[in-house]
Amino acid sequence: MTRYIRHAAAFCALLLIALLVNATRVQVVQAEHFDENPANRRQAIVRFGQPRGDILVDGRPVTGSKDTGEQLRYERTYKNGPLYAPVTGYASQVYGTTLVENAEDDILSGTDPMLAPLPLWNDVSRAQNPGGMVRTTIKAAAQQAAYAGLDGKKGAVAAIEPSTGKILALVSTPSYDPERLSGTSGSVAKSWTALNGSADKPMLNRAIRQTYPPGSTFKVVTAAAALDAGTVTDLDAATKSPNPYTLPGTSTELTNEVEGCTNATLRYAFEWSCNTVFAKLGADTGLDDMLGTARNFGFNDSGLKIPSAVAASNFDTSMDKAQLALSAIGQYDTRATPLQMAMVSAAVANGGQVQSPNLVDETTTDDGDVVRNTGTSSLHQAMNPATAMQLREMMTGVVEEGTGGNAAIPGVTVGGKTGTAQHGIDNSGTPYAWFISWAQKSGEAQPSVAVAVVVEDAAADRGDISGGGSAAPIARAVMEAVLGGS
Amino acid sequence: MTRTAAAPPSVPAVRVPRRRGTEVALIVVAVLLSVYGYCDVGLAKNGTVPPGAAGYGAGLGVLALVAHLAVRFRAPFADPLLLPIAVLLNGLGLVLIYRLDLETPGDEAAPTQLIWSTVGVALFIGVVVFLRDHRVLQRYAYICVVAALVLMIVPIFFPAVNGARIWIRIGGFSIQPGEFAKILLAIFFASYLSANRNALAYTGRTVWKLTKLQLPTGRVLGPIVAIWLLSVGVLVLERDLGTSLLFFGLFLILLYVATGRTGWIAVGLVLAGIGAYTVGSLEPHVHSRVEDWLHPFASIDAGEGPNQLAQSLFAFAAGGMLGTGLGLGHSILIGFAAKSDFILATAGEELGLAGLAAIFLLYALLVERGFRAGLALRDAFGRLLAVGLASIVALQVFVIAGGVTGLIPLTGMAMPFLAQGGSSVVTNWIIVALLIRVSDSARSQPVDPLGEDA
Repeated sequence: MTRYIRHAAAFCALLLIALLVNATRVQVVQAEHFDENPANRRQAIVRFGQPRGDILVDGRPVTGSKDTGEQLRYERTYKNGPLYAPVTGYASQVYGTTLVENAEDDILSGTDPMLAPLPLWNDVSRAQNPGGMVRTTIKAAAQQAAYAGLDGKKGAVAAIEPSTGKILALVSTPSYDPERLSGTSGSVAKSWTALNGSADKPMLNRAIRQTYPPGSTFKVVTAAAALDAGTVTDLDAATKSPNPYTLPGTSTELTNEVEGCTNATLRYAFEWSCNTVFAKLGADTGLDDMLGTARNFGFNDSGLKIPSAVAASNFDTSMDKAQLALSAIGQYDTRATPLQMAMVSAAVANGGQVQSPNLVDETTTDDGDVVRNTGTSSLHQAMNPATAMQLREMMTGVVEEGTGGNAAIPGVTVGGKTGTAQHGIDNSGTPYAWFISWAQKSGEAQPSVAVAVVVEDAAADRGDISGGGSAAPIARAVMEAVLGGS
Repeated sequence: MTRTAAAPPSVPAVRVPRRRGTEVALIVVAVLLSVYGYCDVGLAKNGTVPPGAAGYGAGLGVLALVAHLAVRFRAPFADPLLLPIAVLLNGLGLVLIYRLDLETPGDEAAPTQLIWSTVGVALFIGVVVFLRDHRVLQRYAYICVVAALVLMIVPIFFPAVNGARIWIRIGGFSIQPGEFAKILLAIFFASYLSANRNALAYTGRTVWKLTKLQLPTGRVLGPIVAIWLLSVGVLVLERDLGTSLLFFGLFLILLYVATGRTGWIAVGLVLAGIGAYTVGSLEPHVHSRVEDWLHPFASIDAGEGPNQLAQSLFAFAAGGMLGTGLGLGHSILIGFAAKSDFILATAGEELGLAGLAAIFLLYALLVERGFRAGLALRDAFGRLLAVGLASIVALQVFVIAGGVTGLIPLTGMAMPFLAQGGSSVVTNWIIVALLIRVSDSARSQPVDPLGEDA
């Protein structure tokens, strides 16, 4: 019997060995595979186990954290949520993160190795750093002015400091409170459904993710291309421009909304926004020069990040003369984000140089030590400095004499350009009102703010919609807020 | 009855070391380790030593000490490892349950488990004190088997809990009679097989000349096969798959050890294969268990979230080599069976592969000491009883640990001493008491120079 007992004991030993081998398989060999399974909630539990770092505007947090005591313990809270939603985005237990919450997630959640004094030691000790802070470039006063100016109408505002590319305001309306997406309760799912189902698309960031036909504000680009290419040399020389202008190779006639456009000077055409003059100017300048200038302003760049990705603005790369003529006045397939048009205005204000737009000034640890500082970097030289000077003159003229009078600020040099973009089939849609501008305080070396405003108000009477009427006052409020604060 | 007198005069009396001092020292280590774990949980979760730490340590210490005194006076030659291992596993189980209680404030299981542990230790002492010789049990073999069958059949008349009819609820208590039945059945198998060993091994018809496969006559084999079929049948009815697997394995091991016929293993495995395949494909409950085992993440792919087995695998994986530390894992995600069937996942996550291997080795040591006692005993009943009890522990650990780590299909069962469950912890203390008793007999015998069958 002894032999058989030994056999039975050996069998039991085999069972044990099988258990140990299998445990090693699960805990060591396949562990990483299991850890990364999206259904494994452990990473989320650790992630929400500590308060998330704050996003700062003017040095003050616009976010907060609430201890719920639940499994995913800390919920994100927002101060003035709808106002800053186009900047912060949301940080949801269920639906992930967007915008700055997404782009700087490693810092905010504390997983960025740079937050640790000894990055390698953390891997060994399994310690987690407290979430760091993100200091934005936004100026609270400018943001509030833009939000108040839009007053619930559909639209967007982007304001930039021309010399640095710092984004001073980024507003999209109608907005939403990202706090509605924090947490795990049933109301979060309801909010998600409601926000996504809303016809107003409150979660769409119109300032950087929506492209619009830029309308006449694109004439800044056309003028820059024409001046750089030498199509026009004298702002005050009469152009050979018929009224109406028949699009090349077609029988379609283009007309103007204002008087005096026949053979108008470039300055007059710019100040009063003559479509005929600019359509012909674009066609005369040619696709290559137009496209090159548009690209240098930032069009067709799908890689732009602020640090969230910005939708690419579009200027078609192959067009016939008629299409090019329409594109030169911001119609046909030309589309731009409000941020892109703010960059166009900023380029004029900054001597033709386009700076990389940026929303994050610096990131710090939870006790304020700088982790990364976003420096200034230039994107392109959009036009010759001399051309920029000429465009400054013309944009100033728009505000002082032309269609942009509503943007004038006493004692401040303001340049602007209005736009009313037709869209829809046979231009049936309610037009978008555009205004782009910049402002320079007297005594300062250069303009301190460039703004782009778009208002897409379907409820307004069609006759009232114009860049000068609806959008310029908002731009003025934003510029005043920036100038007043600096 | 005196042990020294049992030695034949021809053999010079060798003083067998009793090693009760070793036992005390190991018990102190076991209690201290448990108290350390208890404090560790509190420090990790709340930053303070839990208020009950002193009481817990004192309670466990007093239980262990009283058990030790019973062994010291009534089974002085018993194996000194058995009791410390039981104390450590029980203490660790209490720590793990207490740790999981912190995640479920409305449903505290540790105090109840401590009461059941006390009952278990009391029964342990009762067995050690009143059962003077294990051979007495042989007389009650048929009473045991009747009691076992009754215990297994009774739950059929009680409502099912989580799909299995294995509980009896009286008042606030619920007990699992099948747990006790396994000891009774082991006693019956050991008794019957030791009595009919020769008939089983050396008589019978040759059914197939080529293989020399001999089957014992129905008269000898009949009763035990009938009992076994009945018990496994009842368990299948009750959907207690783990226990039916355990009884099957126990039966096969004891039959093999008693007869030494390899043919039994072959026949048993073939029958088991056929049975498993039939049940697995016909019975939806079993079929789903097999499906879960083969595709643990199927429910995730179907968008229904991870099932218990997947959560268990996640927990083990999260533990890795060294574990997250007591109190710092998330095995509570497993859900309702986290404290019972899946308690090992908490050990795996918070103590890591290192801790899990240590626990497996403690069980292995317990089993090994059981087999060792079986080898040293001279009476066939005692040998089979020791092997049976050790095999119960080994099989049970394999079935449940293999289930929760995805090695074999999951069948509900309690991890001996670790898992929440009164019947289980009481039964395991009785098993250890019986092992103490047989090891005392084995080690108090004079050394047999031949070391062969009695």
